[in-house]
Amino acid sequence: MAGNDREGAGAPVQVRGTVLTVRRVDAYVAMTVVAPQIATRFKPGQFVAIAVGGPQSGMLGRRTFSVHDVRPDHGGTVEIVFLPREPGAEWLADCRARDVLDVVGPLGRPFPLPRDPASCLLLGFGAGAAPLFALAARLAERRSQADFLLGAESADRVFGALTARRTGRSAVTTTSDGSLGARGSVVDLLPTVVQQARTDVIYASAPVSVLRAVCSLAGRYGIPVQALVSEPSMTCGTGLCMGCVLPAVGNDGITRMVRACVEGPVFRGDLVRWDDVGTIPFDALGAPGWKPRPVAGERSNAS
Amino acid sequence: MPADLKTKVGHLELPNPILTASGCAGTGRELAQFTDVARIGAVITKSVTLEPRAGNPAPRMAETPSGLLSSVGLQGPGLDGFLQRDLPWLLSRGARAIASVAGHTTREYGELSSRLSDSAGVTAIEVNLGCPDAAAAGRPFALDPVAAGSVVAAVRGSARYDIPVFAKLSPEVTDIVAVARACVAAGADGLSMINTLPGMTIDPATFRPALAGLVGGLSGPAIRPIAVRCVWTVREALPDVPIIGGGGVRTGRDALEFLLAGASMVAVGTVLFHDPSACSRIQRELEEELTARGVDRVADIVGRAHKTAGYATERRSWV
Repeated sequence: MAGNDREGAGAPVQVRGTVLTVRRVDAYVAMTVVAPQIATRFKPGQFVAIAVGGPQSGMLGRRTFSVHDVRPDHGGTVEIVFLPREPGAEWLADCRARDVLDVVGPLGRPFPLPRDPASCLLLGFGAGAAPLFALAARLAERRSQADFLLGAESADRVFGALTARRTGRSAVTTTSDGSLGARGSVVDLLPTVVQQARTDVIYASAPVSVLRAVCSLAGRYGIPVQALVSEPSMTCGTGLCMGCVLPAVGNDGITRMVRACVEGPVFRGDLVRWDDVGTIPFDALGAPGWKPRPVAGERSNAS
Repeated sequence: MPADLKTKVGHLELPNPILTASGCAGTGRELAQFTDVARIGAVITKSVTLEPRAGNPAPRMAETPSGLLSSVGLQGPGLDGFLQRDLPWLLSRGARAIASVAGHTTREYGELSSRLSDSAGVTAIEVNLGCPDAAAAGRPFALDPVAAGSVVAAVRGSARYDIPVFAKLSPEVTDIVAVARACVAAGADGLSMINTLPGMTIDPATFRPALAGLVGGLSGPAIRPIAVRCVWTVREALPDVPIIGGGGVRTGRDALEFLLAGASMVAVGTVLFHDPSACSRIQRELEEELTARGVDRVADIVGRAHKTAGYATERRSWV
């Protein structure tokens, strides 16, 4: 099992990063921070955890954000995209160039890349689309095709529709209110897109409700999904607090409560028990009433 | 010359008095990415239970002003997993491990302690008395002096004689000294305080409690004054009993406050979620605070707040 005892090139670091730019992109705020050590280690799908509110902050939880992109300028910068709708994110949105932030990263399991060129569908909902563009660039380097399927509640919440159209082989957008692209959800359009693009693998980054539907549809078509989860929300991002757990099946067939921040945020779609997110399934390792399976060869008295 | 942070409590010798609080350092591996675990005074482990535990459903965490409500439900690999994977890893990195134990019956506590004693490498045992007592309809052991005493007696009776036993007390009692006395009478070598306080927060979006477990334990700087009061009160009543103090420690100055109140060691908890390198920073800050006040050894100021002559008057006589 991939342990969290990571060292060397991929290990996360805690750095003081200087804000380079803060700009509005429709409903979102895009922020670039100078953090060379994070930028050089980053792989698409990973995230950063930022302390908000200053050194004596009353907000103890870090805020976690998927990295949108890294660039080599100033030694290495990291860009994040977020919706300023809670006090921590609002504080961050009010930061200006030259402000210094406490940033930890890159964290979490990145998107695994296909070994051979493949037709990939990149599905994003709202700000969840942000980590897909760095992934698309890596896929292009490996001569894989990227088709985009982006959705949101309304036009100003669709992130990166233009970039998707420019860099993807195809790009489809949907909104719940029909203000951009087709009216409806990304799940409605998924069968059509998958058939037209002859998709080999789906990379999805969306709320759990969308991921659940995507994984169940993809399962029907026999297409593997790599799903980036953003719920349950993370408190520390580093695996210390055990707050962001969801039930997932291991290679041994046993369900465990795993941390989205360390064992994820990217999970193989068929291994997450989407219907049981937010619960402790009765057969999960260590659930109330759970009993260790008898060791092979050991006979129970009942038989 | 910088102040000497070496801490000696009974036959427990630590390079410095800064510990990680139980449940806040993961398995140690998560923390080791950001700080050298061998340089932490000691790592108090996540509470170890006999069997693996899946814990409580998510959401488990809610941020409150200068605090955190949590209800993890002691998720962990159980004693076997701890002994096979987590403890050997800590020892291989040169860390000192204080094993926190948790159970639902005194028998479970006893079994845990005896098996932990059998495996080499446990520096001390901390008894998590915050678990619901199966024999008292789920009331935590820490709320009743008799129940707390019987658990401590079970642990002390089954742990090896040279492994110190610390009882972790809850602040949610009318008289914390009564519980402290019961634990010491039952054989506790020291006391640890404070555990979290029960709290609730309601999500205005869903109209429901924010935590799946409804009630969570409040920790963080919000509870620091309560923790300092508890340490002070117990130290006043039992001046010879070593104390691990903790509750929202964020800076070296906060650690100093606990030392002055009477704690010999200081546990850093929730703040690690905010700053995973907090232990080494707090150590450095504490050393600077002591040096700036002309204190040579950290042991000299433990419980100093109980002496009526304040620091300012005494310093004049030192110079």
